[in-house]
Amino acid sequence: MFVLSGYEYFLVFLVICCSVPVLALTLAGLLGAKGEGAARRTTYESGMEPIGGAWIQFNIRYYMFALVFVIFDVETVFLYPWAVAFNQLGLLAFVEALIFIAILVVGLVYAWRKGALEWS
Amino acid sequence: MSQGIDLQDSFIQLLVQLGLPTGLAKALWLPLPMTLMLISATVSIFVTVWLERKISAAAQQRIGPEYAGPLGTLQAAADGVKLLFKEDIVPAQADSILFTLGPAIVVIPVFFSLLIVPFGQHMVITDLGIGIFLWIAMSSVTPIGLLMSGYSSNNKYSLLGGLRAAAQSISYEIPLALSVLAIVMMSNSLSTIDIVQQQSGYGILGWNIWRQPVGFLIFWIAALAECERLPFDLPEAEEELVAGYQTEYTGMKFGLFYVGSYVNLVLSALIFAILYLGGWESPISVDWLASILGISDTVPWLQVVTASLGIMMTVLKAYLLVFLAVLLRWTVPRVRIDQLLDLGWKFLLPIALVNLLLTAGLKIAFPFAFGG
Repeated sequence: MFVLSGYEYFLVFLVICCSVPVLALTLAGLLGAKGEGAARRTTYESGMEPIGGAWIQFNIRYYMFALVFVIFDVETVFLYPWAVAFNQLGLLAFVEALIFIAILVVGLVYAWRKGALEWS
Repeated sequence: MSQGIDLQDSFIQLLVQLGLPTGLAKALWLPLPMTLMLISATVSIFVTVWLERKISAAAQQRIGPEYAGPLGTLQAAADGVKLLFKEDIVPAQADSILFTLGPAIVVIPVFFSLLIVPFGQHMVITDLGIGIFLWIAMSSVTPIGLLMSGYSSNNKYSLLGGLRAAAQSISYEIPLALSVLAIVMMSNSLSTIDIVQQQSGYGILGWNIWRQPVGFLIFWIAALAECERLPFDLPEAEEELVAGYQTEYTGMKFGLFYVGSYVNLVLSALIFAILYLGGWESPISVDWLASILGISDTVPWLQVVTASLGIMMTVLKAYLLVFLAVLLRWTVPRVRIDQLLDLGWKFLLPIALVNLLLTAGLKIAFPFAFGG
């Protein structure tokens, strides 16, 4: 039926899970109270009139963390097949992964020394 | 090794004997475990919310909810119904499409990850080959939803909360993935079923917690941070950010965040039990007991007992961890954002890498003890 047999459950469950928020929001839309007045739709700012919007340019400090994250996330993706097949690969694969991780650790140490992981 | 009962096979065979074609019988079976899983997930939210409120109350010498139902057990259901009747407010300044999409994207991956949670040999919706990797992948989708809702609200608290949530998730995802990698290496498989089977046979002594004590701690800290539980609840720190990315949400959209966070807590506890505490295995191996008592493991009643015991064990272990998480909430103060990032990047990440390499080294040195 499908190209990937055994993944029927995957697809059906995905559809069912996607319908959960759709159903919940539709039901709430039908049952929920309907209020009027423009004041209730103003942005919350601890009771004050909001001063300016939030869509402005500002320094997102997590930017460097996001960059380092991409590097290490790709690293883990490469390591998954290595870990699954490790019992068949033996010592050579261990040394290779050691070199691979060592290169990335050098990168981590560099980022650390450069202050990319500092909250300043 | 006993095979355990296979409800799917029995169900399909029963229908085929009744004269239905095999394809139709399979199609009839398809939605059953899924519906059951979603209902159990909903019930688990009520149970967890009730437990959290009762344990929190006990920790602070209060009584907690007591009027709705016996001992207040229906409190969470009452709250849910109340949310359903509340007005859905979309702020005039917000981006309404992203604002609606945000909570949906937070909830869908959490529910979808239940696909790979096993409660027994065949008690799983489907035994995907990628198993635990699906959970890792799905848990990286959630921060997109958080960021989306934080940004679309056009509220300063929401934006800061959303950014914090994303930064926190990505910082703890790598230690989490690396500690799971060590388990995967010992099991030679990503499938959750194989991971539990690899721990079976020696009762409590065979569980991964003894072979991966460091990975166990890393996973626990990282999982708490991924669930945004105290001491890592910075994205919604109410003293600083009102409610973080949830500030502008009302009614059922807020309810979806609430549901998402509690299902995520239960899901993480279940995955934790599967990875480190032997999943459905009992502390004393049932197979071993049966062989001592001289009962064959093909006896039907023994299989039923084993299966029910397996479900009970999985749930019990998971709720033990939920209990620990709730107690931690009232024990440890909230960390600061710089401490949080330092803990993730400068402590957990190097330790997780060392743990992985150590596991690989030990696997080469002692193949028998570390999964061959």
